[in-house]
This record gives sequence, structure tokens and C-alpha cells, in this order.
Amino acid sequence: MSKEKGVIYRISGPVVTAIGISPRMYEVVRVGDEGLMGEVIELHGDQSVIQVYEETSGVRPGEPVIRTGQTLSVQLGPGLLTKIYDGIQRPLPELEKTMGVFITRGVDADGLDLEKNWQFKPTLKNGDSVSPGDIIGTVQETSTIEHRVMIPPGISGKIKEIKSGEFNVTQTICTLDDGNEIQMMQKWPVRTPRPFTKKHAPEVPLQTGQRILDFLFPLAKGGTAGIPGPFGSGKTVTQQQLAKWSDADIVVYIGCGERGNEMTEVLDEFPHLMDPKTGEALMNRTTMIANTSNMPVAAREASVYTGITIAEYFRDMGYDVALMADSTSRWAEAMREISSRLEEMPGEEGYPAYLSSRLAEFYERAGRVETLSGGDGSVSVIGAVSPPGGDISEPVSQGTLRIVKVFWGLDAGLARQRHFPAINWLSSYSLYPPSLDQWYRDNIKADFPEVRTQISSLLQVEAELQEIVQLVGSDALPVDQQLTLEVARMIREFFLQQNAFHDVDTYSDLKLQYTMAKAILSFQEESKKALAGGSALEDVVNVPARTDLMRGRFESGYEDRIEEMLEEMTKQISNTMEAN
Amino acid sequence: MTGKEYRTITDVKGPLVFLNKTEPVAFGEIVELRLSDGTLKNGQVLDTSDDQVIVQVFEGTASIDKQTGIKFLGDVFKLPVSKDMIGRILDGAGRPRDGGPSIVADEMADIIGAAINPYSRQSPSSFIQTGISAIDACTSLVRGQKLPIFSASGLPHNDIALQIARQAKLVDSDDDFVVVFCAMGITAEEYNFFVHDLERTGALENACLFVNLADDPAVERLITPRLALTAAEYLAFEHDYHVLVIYTDMTNYCESLRQIGAAREEVPGRRGYPGYMYTDLAMLYERAGLVKGKKGSITQFPILTMPGDDITHPIPDLSGYITEGQIVISRELHQKGIYPPINVLPSLSRLMNAGIGDGKTREDHKSVSDQLYAAYAQGRELRGLVAIVGEDALNERDLQLLKFADIFENQFLRQSRDEDRSIGEGTLDYAWELLSNIDTKYLVRLDQKWIDKYHPNEKKK
Repeated sequence: MSKEKGVIYRISGPVVTAIGISPRMYEVVRVGDEGLMGEVIELHGDQSVIQVYEETSGVRPGEPVIRTGQTLSVQLGPGLLTKIYDGIQRPLPELEKTMGVFITRGVDADGLDLEKNWQFKPTLKNGDSVSPGDIIGTVQETSTIEHRVMIPPGISGKIKEIKSGEFNVTQTICTLDDGNEIQMMQKWPVRTPRPFTKKHAPEVPLQTGQRILDFLFPLAKGGTAGIPGPFGSGKTVTQQQLAKWSDADIVVYIGCGERGNEMTEVLDEFPHLMDPKTGEALMNRTTMIANTSNMPVAAREASVYTGITIAEYFRDMGYDVALMADSTSRWAEAMREISSRLEEMPGEEGYPAYLSSRLAEFYERAGRVETLSGGDGSVSVIGAVSPPGGDISEPVSQGTLRIVKVFWGLDAGLARQRHFPAINWLSSYSLYPPSLDQWYRDNIKADFPEVRTQISSLLQVEAELQEIVQLVGSDALPVDQQLTLEVARMIREFFLQQNAFHDVDTYSDLKLQYTMAKAILSFQEESKKALAGGSALEDVVNVPARTDLMRGRFESGYEDRIEEMLEEMTKQISNTMEAN
Repeated sequence: MTGKEYRTITDVKGPLVFLNKTEPVAFGEIVELRLSDGTLKNGQVLDTSDDQVIVQVFEGTASIDKQTGIKFLGDVFKLPVSKDMIGRILDGAGRPRDGGPSIVADEMADIIGAAINPYSRQSPSSFIQTGISAIDACTSLVRGQKLPIFSASGLPHNDIALQIARQAKLVDSDDDFVVVFCAMGITAEEYNFFVHDLERTGALENACLFVNLADDPAVERLITPRLALTAAEYLAFEHDYHVLVIYTDMTNYCESLRQIGAAREEVPGRRGYPGYMYTDLAMLYERAGLVKGKKGSITQFPILTMPGDDITHPIPDLSGYITEGQIVISRELHQKGIYPPINVLPSLSRLMNAGIGDGKTREDHKSVSDQLYAAYAQGRELRGLVAIVGEDALNERDLQLLKFADIFENQFLRQSRDEDRSIGEGTLDYAWELLSNIDTKYLVRLDQKWIDKYHPNEKKK
């Protein structure tokens, strides 16, 4: 049955119609003399409509279409990390070897290296009972990540024999009583979420080292975030910062329909980046999927599913996984393109009517879960959105915002002033603080949530005062309000602005963030006292120690010296009273 | 199967011809149409099935009737490429336009162009000096980049493009650029302007032109940039040239795309443009870059005119999402008589950081650029405030910034069409000189060590 053969009836761009086969929905088929990979997306009478993952020019009606009997699946097992794949899990370095620097077609490549041997250490022994998701052994996949080999879903029984030693991913490492043979590699259909026992509430923050994100608009492990922004506002840099610095165990980075040079930059840069905690290359915990904007559109559609399936697989091992998708708008556009070739009735702006349900299904695959084996793992999803003209009233932005719990709104105006990250502190939000606050109190400082509230309300007040300043100038305000403006400016320039390209400033841990926020508040406190004691505002805000404190964040060892600098600033501010 | 001529046209609609009952025809196959008076036209298969084939005719469907003979040539569109293309002027379909002989092909290249494997790309990092201060200092161009000029009707984008083509050079090597120029639907007058200028400066010998003018068939415009890029790829990756591709006007290209979409009765996206316009544009823009193991490079300068000066219009918008930044031409500056009227605030070069700094341009470049931006942005904002409250309400710092915005526009931006400023003395030192109009204590984006080394006041000491 699986070799059932039909013929092409029609070709229109990436959409091919075949007759003479009766495949299942989402089954993978081989199209044409060159055996191009395609997926069945519609059955229509005796016609099967196929989206083809490769360029179709030159293909003719009458060429064969062959069923494979399988749905679009990824290979899961040791060897996923440090890899870079295209949208359908073909490793790009392998493609280079077979096709050269340009991606041509008709080439197949395994997602995992089937030849490579891995040192398998069993954690269970003969006679143990196992059920789906149970970890039967481990492989040291990279120097920092231990790959946990699991019983695939749907299989259980007693272990008849479990081996130890060097194996490749297709060799049997474990046999069960009922004759089932377990290999290190398993396959999973990308469009089906992997099973788990239950979902937990998110209670632990995903630390990113980015001050505005961690402090004001935190994301929980297992949470979802959307970053909409017009072009040039820094979506990609923000995504890359998250990929570099977030404290997830595993990072899956999907470059979906983005620039080739940008992907290359990531590829060049990541292997050289060191994890601040382990001192090992960040690449050791990363899998990348790159489908640039000019690669076939159907593979772009598949790329986010490929990515999230890999993420779920690591989650099932008990890891915290962070998945970045840049950009989900390109994914949505791929859906639109395919949908219009199918001549489906369009919804808003030509997008298919199922756009929002697809978005919801995708984000719903995030979460902190109890795994089948009783462990604790999470997938956090951070999706960039590229709204046309920066206007977030369009369908993809709106569909995303209805689902995600964190909104990091990028702002072209801030980007133009070179305020980076250009995240607007007034329009952005996070719904996680209530469930995370206990964690902050226990792990950072008891008054952490209160400090955050003070900082964000200062920014709110500033926005109101700025409206008045626009009309009458800042000199017309009373001194205490002028001080508020000065404090808010300090929050913006010293705290919210963060230079992603600066060795030191690029990452601040939560403790330092808290100390910096406190320093701003104590500047406000001390200045108030000094003003009440007769100091001039100008003298107070211009104390040299304040500049030192603010510039100090660019120097290493800042966290050790900030307290000292703060004391000096306090001293200098109170000295302004004596000078009068 | 070549040789068979079909006379089975059923419908002709806009640029499309529908015909029935053919042998299997390949998707993307090239078609020759023979009209009853013997004229030949070319086309390409857009949709193919056992029952019906849809052909897009490049030269327009005028005079086509049901007796027109259609021949399928059995291959997808290929361009004969050779090194001899340099110095030639070709039409929008790749045929000689300068009266010279046909190109003798070294190779027949598929014009669609395969995607470069991201793994095989090399990160662009060589600074290109354009001699225009606004670009060199604030939106530095890097070899292998695609940096469009967002302009609007009535603005001097062509002068800027030509000045860049003339002056572009690498600071760290003597390699020259070969220019591939692609005209899509521009007027004969604009075309003459380009050609005369290229002739005047002798650049024509180092250029290859693909020309589709406003009165040439609109559908042909969809092919022209693909031909130009195919030639560029051949020169860059087979013959190690550094190629600068200038194409104008992308807006005309997108209009043609919309025309085809409408004729096919496709479901339109925003403002009637097809939903696949992003992918289609990406197939052009993404053909810029460098490839590991090859010496040549492709740098792209697409010019597009924003309809109604609207940067959120689908054409500039989708382009901006694909290209690595943009240079925005401002009507306001143009009306003030400033050339080149580049508004640096919305302009951006995403690859700038990779191409500037110590060993590439100068160590202080980034700081100076940030400071120029910040000071100019604040100065411009203050203009708005002054209009309401008057200059008296400003403090000393604000007054200096306000003044700086004028200085920046009149001295830093403004330069003549033949003025070629070097990055070090011509642009960065000049920037320092102008920044010295602001008190050092307000120059917060500049590192102290650069102030000590480059500030004119410090230098004098």
C-alpha cells in the first residue's frame, strides 16, 4: 500500500494536484521524476492536493506521485543539538555537501546522523517495567547536555534486555518482553503535540538578563510571549538576546522566512558565545532551524512545527526549553500563500479563516508540564510578529495577542532615538507577575514586587508629565515634578536602555537588576531630602557620582562596586545642602 | 516534443493566454507564440494541468487571436551569460539593445536562481565607502548587503544612486565594482539620464544594463530583475567580480505583479497586491550576499518610490522586512534645498556594526554615529517645541541641540554631487568638528577616550 503510485494532474507554484492515489491527510508523498517532497493538504474527489517543499518549475503533468504512508515527521534522538536544519529537518551542512552553496532540489537528508556512535548508559535494568516516556538511559550529547533516552509513546512492558556501550541511533538498545525493540531514535509527526501527564501553572520566571524584560514584563518558564514590531525596531536582536542569555536548558531557534545574512550572522556568532553560567559554548544547548525568505514557502509553513516538536521532545526529558520563532508573520503568510493557491475562501486580509486557530494551536503547545515519566519540563514560546506598517490591528498580531500572556511591544519611535531595546514600557504588559511574585520574594528580595511597582508607576507619571512639558516646557513645572522627570529619565537611560552589543551591559542578572532599581529609588529619596533641605535641583542631579554610577554599568565587576558608588552618590547629594 | 505547435487558445485575458489539450507541459516552461502576421512573442507557463495551460505573455497580448500558434520550448527560462556582458546594454528580456551582437553564451543560467544555503553564506563585513557622509557615517553600507533607497516621486534618488555607483569603493582593497543596472518601467528620460551619466564618467564600460522602459511590456518587468540578478550572480560567483546591482523602480515591478495577480483572479492581499508578494520580493532581494569560498559579492541598491510618501505602503513595508535596512529620502530636506536629502533618523543599516570600527573604518565610528543620531533627533524634536513656546523657554543644552540640527543638515548632510568624502578626514573628522558646537558635557554618547583623542578642542591642546 505504501508504494501506491499516482500521476500529477496539475501544477500551480508550490501546489500540485495528483490523481490515482488515495492518501491520508498530511501524508508525505514523493512528487515527480525527481521525487520532490510534498505533503497532502486536501482531498477533493479523486484528486489529492499536495504542497511541495521544493521548487516545482520544470515538473510536468503525468509525472509520478508516490505515497510514503507516513505523515511529516521529525527524527528525534541524540545529535539534535548544535545542528542547523532547514524547515523539514534536513541538516544544512549536509545539503551543502550534496548540492553546493545553492539549494537545489530532490535531495534527501536524515535529520540525525545515523552512523555516529553514542555512549549509551542504561539507567534501568533487565526486568524493570517501563511505560511511555520513561527514561531508560542517557547519552552525553554535548559537554553540557545529557540526552535522556525515553520509551516512545504507545509502548510499555518489561525490559527483557537492556544494553550498554556504543551504539548508533538505529541500533536496538533495549528489548521488551513482548518483543518490542527500542532504539535511541524515535520519529514523531510534527503536527501532533507530544503527550504529557498534565500542565502546571507557571511559577518560575525565565531569566533573560534583559532588564526591561525580566524586571518589568517577565515571562514564566512554560509561558508564551509575542514581540510585534515594525521593521528596524529590533525584533531580531531581541530574539537573539533571548536565545543567548535566557536560562533555559535548551534553546530552539526558528528563523522563519527571514534574511539569509541574518541567519548566517547567528550561525557565525553562536558557536563563539559562551554560556555565562557554565562557560561552555551556547551552541551546545541550541538547535536552529533556518528557512530564509526565499526558500520554498511550504517548508516555511512546516518549520515552526518541526521546531516545536523538537522542543517538546527535550521537554519530555525534563528540560526547560525556550523556543524563539522569528517571525510568525512569515509563517502566517506562508499559510496565506498556500491557502490562496487552494482557492480557499479568505478571511481577513486574505489570510485563511483558520489563521487564528492555527496560531492558538501552536502557542498552546507551550507550557510547564508533568512529563509522562513524572518529571518536570517546560516549553516557553516567544514569537516575533512583523505587522505591516507596524500596525498591530492586523490579523496575525491580533490573533497572537489573544493567546499570549506577555506582550513586548516594539516601538519605531524609540528605535529611531536609538533607545534599545525599543520596547515600549507603556504599551507592553505581562500577565505573569502575580504567579511569579512569590518566587521573587523567596529568591531575590522580599520587596522585589513593590520595587517593580514603584518603577513602573514612575514611568506612568512621567508620561503624564511629558504631555504638560510638550505644552509649557519643563521649567514651568514645580521642582518635585522636575525631579520626577529626572528620575524617570534615569530609569529610561540607565535601566531600560541596554546595549546588546556591549560585552558587560548585554546581560544583567536579577540581583543586579534589583540593585540598580533600588539605586534609582534611593536617588529619588536622597534628592527629595536634599531639595527639602534647600539644595538646587541642578546641583543635585549633576553630582558627579551619579554619572559614575550610571556609566559604571559598562564596566565589569559592577555588581561588586555598585553599593559603594551608591554610598558616594548619597554623600555627594547631601553635601549639596551644605554647599548652600 | 518541441516543434509541436498548438492552436488551442480558448481565452485571452490581460497578459494571460489560456489553452486546452496539450501534451504535458512543465510548470515554468518557456513558450513561443507565433502570431498570424509572423510576429514572435514569448511567454512562460504559470499553471499547468492535463486540461488547461495558462501562459503569461511577456510582450503583452495585443494582436493575439485564436489562430496564434503556441510552441512549448521544453525548458525553463534561461539567460545566456558570459563575461562579455560587461559594457553591454540589453533589453528587458535580455536581448541586445545597443545594436551590438548577441551574447555568446558561456553558460545558460536558470533565471529563477536557487536560494543560497544559509550555512554556506559568509557574513558581510567589508565597509564600502560611498563618499556620502550621511550614508558612510550613519547607515554604513557593507559589501554583500541589500540596502534600498526609499524615495518618492520628484526626489533626487537617481542622482544619489548614480553618485553611489560612481564613488563606491572598498577602503581595504583596490577591487573595483562592476555595476549591473536594471531599469523597470522608468521613462526614457530617466534612462537617458542614467546612460549619459555612466558614459560621462566612463562607468559604462564597467556596467551591464538591463532596460525595460515605461512603454515596454509591463509583464516583461517581472523577468528583467531576474535576468539582471542572474548576470550578477554569474559575474560574482564565476568570475570573482564585486557586483553592485542598482534596480529602479521596484514600485513598477510590484505593480506588474499585481496586474498578473488580478488577471489570474487571485485572492488579493493588502491594497490588491498578491499575498505572495513578500516571497516574490525575497526571491530578488535575497540574491545579495557573499558565499564561502567565492571571492565575488553581490551588493544591491533597489530604488523604490513610496506611493504618497507612505512608508507603511505594502511595497516599502515588505521590502523593509527583507532588506538589511533602508535609506530614506526626505521631501522636507529636499525642499530646503539640501542634497542629498537623506533623513538619517528613519534610515538604518542593519549590517553597519559588522562593517565599522577599528581596522575597518575607525575606532570611534560607532560612538560618533550614535552621538550624531541622538543630537540630531533631539534637535529636531526641539524644533517642534520651539514652534509652540519659543526659544526663550529652552535651556542652554536644548539651545545647543537645536542649533546643531541646523548645522547637521546644512553642513554634514549637504554636499555636492561630485563631492567624494573619505570616511576618516572627510566624514568622521568633520562630524567631530560639528559636534564641537555642543558642550562636551552634553555629548553623553561619546566615550571619554574618543573625546580625548578626536575632539578638536582636545586636539588643539
